[in-house]
Amino acid sequence: MLLRTAYHLAALLVLPPLLLGVVNRTKAFFAGRAGPPLVQPYLDLWKLLRKGAVYSRTTSWVFRAGPVIGLASIASAGLLLAMGGAPAAISFAGDFVLFAYLLGLARFVTALAALDTGSAFEGMGAAREVTFASLAEPAVFLVLLVLARATASLSLGGMLGPQLGAAWAGAAPALLLAAISLFVVALAENARIPVDDPNTHLELTMIHEVMVLDHGGPDLALIQYGAALKLFLFGAILSRIVFLPGVTGALAQEALFLLGVLAFAVGVGVVESAMARLRMVRIPQLLVGASVLSAFAIVLLLR
Amino acid sequence: MYLFVIAAPLVAAAVAFAVGSNERRPLALLAGALAHGAGVAALFVAPAPDRPGAWLALDAMGAVILLTITLLSVAASVYAQGYLRRRADRDNRVFVGGLLVLLSAMTTVALSHHLGLSWVAIEITTLATAPLIYFNHNARSLEAAWKYLLICSLGIALALMGTFFLALSGAAPGGPRSLLVEDLVAAGPALSGPWVRAAFVFLLVGYGTKMGLAPLHSWKPDAYGEAPGLLGAILAGGVTNLAFLSIARVFQVARAAGEDAFARDALVYMGLLSIALAAVFMVRQRDFKRMLAYSSVEHMGILALGIGIGGGAAAGAFFHTVNNGLTKGVLFLSAANIHRAYGSKLTDEVRGAARRLPLSGPLFLAGFLAVTGSPPFAPFFSEFAILYGAIGAGKFVVGGLYLAFLAIIFVGMGATVLGIVQGDPGDAPSVPGTSDGWLSAGPPLVLLLLVLVLGLWLPDGLRDLFASAAALVGGTSWE
Amino acid sequence: MASLLELAFILVVVIDLFVLASSRMGAAIRVVAMQGVVLGALPLLLAPPGHPLGHYVLLAGGALAIKGVLIPWLMFRAIREASIRREMDPVVGFVPSMVLGGIGVALAFAFSGRLPLPEPAHPFLVPTALSTAWAGMLLVVSRRKAVNQVLGFLVLENGVFVFGLLLSGFMPMMVEAGVLLDLFAAVFVMGIVMFHINREFSSLDTEKLSALKD
Repeated sequence: MLLRTAYHLAALLVLPPLLLGVVNRTKAFFAGRAGPPLVQPYLDLWKLLRKGAVYSRTTSWVFRAGPVIGLASIASAGLLLAMGGAPAAISFAGDFVLFAYLLGLARFVTALAALDTGSAFEGMGAAREVTFASLAEPAVFLVLLVLARATASLSLGGMLGPQLGAAWAGAAPALLLAAISLFVVALAENARIPVDDPNTHLELTMIHEVMVLDHGGPDLALIQYGAALKLFLFGAILSRIVFLPGVTGALAQEALFLLGVLAFAVGVGVVESAMARLRMVRIPQLLVGASVLSAFAIVLLLR
Repeated sequence: MYLFVIAAPLVAAAVAFAVGSNERRPLALLAGALAHGAGVAALFVAPAPDRPGAWLALDAMGAVILLTITLLSVAASVYAQGYLRRRADRDNRVFVGGLLVLLSAMTTVALSHHLGLSWVAIEITTLATAPLIYFNHNARSLEAAWKYLLICSLGIALALMGTFFLALSGAAPGGPRSLLVEDLVAAGPALSGPWVRAAFVFLLVGYGTKMGLAPLHSWKPDAYGEAPGLLGAILAGGVTNLAFLSIARVFQVARAAGEDAFARDALVYMGLLSIALAAVFMVRQRDFKRMLAYSSVEHMGILALGIGIGGGAAAGAFFHTVNNGLTKGVLFLSAANIHRAYGSKLTDEVRGAARRLPLSGPLFLAGFLAVTGSPPFAPFFSEFAILYGAIGAGKFVVGGLYLAFLAIIFVGMGATVLGIVQGDPGDAPSVPGTSDGWLSAGPPLVLLLLVLVLGLWLPDGLRDLFASAAALVGGTSWE
Repeated sequence: MASLLELAFILVVVIDLFVLASSRMGAAIRVVAMQGVVLGALPLLLAPPGHPLGHYVLLAGGALAIKGVLIPWLMFRAIREASIRREMDPVVGFVPSMVLGGIGVALAFAFSGRLPLPEPAHPFLVPTALSTAWAGMLLVVSRRKAVNQVLGFLVLENGVFVFGLLLSGFMPMMVEAGVLLDLFAAVFVMGIVMFHINREFSSLDTEKLSALKD
């Protein structure tokens, strides 16, 4: 058990940039290019860590603290997550609320750091990001509620644990709807197409990118790594929900979990290649649609 | 015999569609209406014996409505001869054929005792009427036709849901499992209460849309305003009555199932709402055909109020279906003549109709007096019977509101009608070749005389017919 | 079999929500066509085992042909004639429509248990029927393009059709055949009127049909 938990922590720390690599490689494949090597994000992080940082005179300690607190909160959220069917490192009843709010805290400090620069540009990005996040929150909570109701458990460890396999037998449609809703929310929270384009640098179209525009060097490395971690966390939850949670046997569970996370990354890449970014007025529709879908899933379970 | 009455207009419709000549086609309309009239007369004189389990039968309620439809359709088909001759520029194939199909469908509703068949026939009336509203082929009538089609189809779909609810209410093992009115009424308390209540609501809303009860009446001013007057007469005097008949039949079932109080309240409220709304919109109405549409809303409200109150008011309501139907015929046909003579239906432009059209103008005035309930015309007696029933049942507030709204409508409508009829035509716009003729003024004159006669002397046979119709919905005669 | 039925009902409701949310008319028509196909499969899924399948196959085929093929084809022709692709500005916005539709679904699923069913039927049948009817009514009342109003009417009739399946025990053919025929006739007439509207107003925006008012 301890070995397994240690393995999970190691995976949590090491795997996320690989996910980014898989996403980029998938997009390249669809575009007919060869694409960057899978380990490219690691190399980028290494490069950034060795650089120096320049800080604007208008910023304060908030700007410097932002990336650090952000990464810390996301990593702590990772500790709460039960991966691959094994219990989480830290687990207690109601920890899913803490999970959601740790992710929220990360977004909060990033937005604060953006506002701290005193530039209207970052402020605009922060405003957009926070608006869309407020629409995505209900969807996240509704999905977690669906899981809680289906597995009759109030802790992430229980929700994603062995009861999930049994829950699929009785509540399959609801779980399917919740998974779809969570996928849409994952795209929104991680600033992926169709909500936001991670590769764009045009002023009017950036949401997340513009918030972190002023960070450089190690700070940027922390932010990028944190973003990769967040993607991994969502991928872990989705993988656990969708990829045969009923299977027992530690090795099979871990293998399926990894497969699931990689499949999630490929899925994100496919969606990014197949769709264009939505107009910003349509994004509330998308997010409310995801909320309504998961609300419907709960109604199904409440009968 | 029932089948003959339904089939005769259809055969005439087939002939109308087949005939190539625009001039001869209206004769098919006349022939179909007369054959239909003869069949109905035969049914009244020698009623067919009742077969249990029959889908088509003539009961008291159906007889009342069938009487009105037949009289109106004969009058309208005579009028149509002159009208279609004047409108020789339009191809009247769809119009004539559609009117005959409409007549056949209307007869089916009156005769049908199977609620599923009633629904199909009412749906056919909706679909057949839409192209007829578009007869004038201009933007306004197209808009009217679209709104009519959409809103009435919506209502009919809800009515279908209601019909299903009703079927479900009798679907328990041991229940009647049928949509025949007799079976459902006989089963009475065995029907499942919640389903009957839900069915009544949906059917009231659905058929109420077709009837034009507020707040589901929004299609009426547009449709009646833009349709040819002859169609307006048939719609206002016939089709709305049929929707009323269907609601009355459902009311029969609801009473038998014990949902009496709920159903009555719903009917009274919607009735009062309709009369109130008509009163509001009729004041300062600039278009006299739209005014007639609101008058139709008002009278449908009166009908709903009548059977909702029950007792003597129910018999008054059935008497009122005949009166309202015939009077609407007078009003719409004479209004159509006025519209055509002046080329406009706005009160700003139409003046002195009594002078320019010595028959249609006074007929319009007389029709106004009749429809607002002035003695000695028949509607006075039917509306009074409803008031008397309300007071007798102790519903003083309802009776008081009813009187107040009727007074407002009299004043509002009077201002418009008097403005049109009185005065000097002078330089009001005039269309040549549109003076009164026998074909255009005769039918409304005959209908008005009928309304007058019914007011002065109601034959005992008819009185008994209204009483037996009322008895079906828990009412009594009004004496 | 049972879970397939459940999936079918849920798919119908998800399609309702999608149509309420979508502004792209081509996508909406396709998705309603898919709903028609699912509804065509429902009589077969609901047929009690041991019954002769003939009637049900006929009904399923009819529903498939009319709802899945014929009517979508009519609608696509209408939008091609009028060259419209999107509903721009409905009376009730897309997000409120979706929320209202979702509330309707929730209420339907919550309270359908109160209505006593004469014979045991799948617990999702009545709520699905009511939610679909509600979504259809919302669409008819809140959209401005004529094609979308007709689409709403279609969805409403789909809801009524699902409800009619409850009666298939003792009034099989008449009920469903009636619904199908009604749908076909109504949409046919509406199609003709839409053609005239397009010719007269050069647009299928019912906002232009506003000359008549008090």
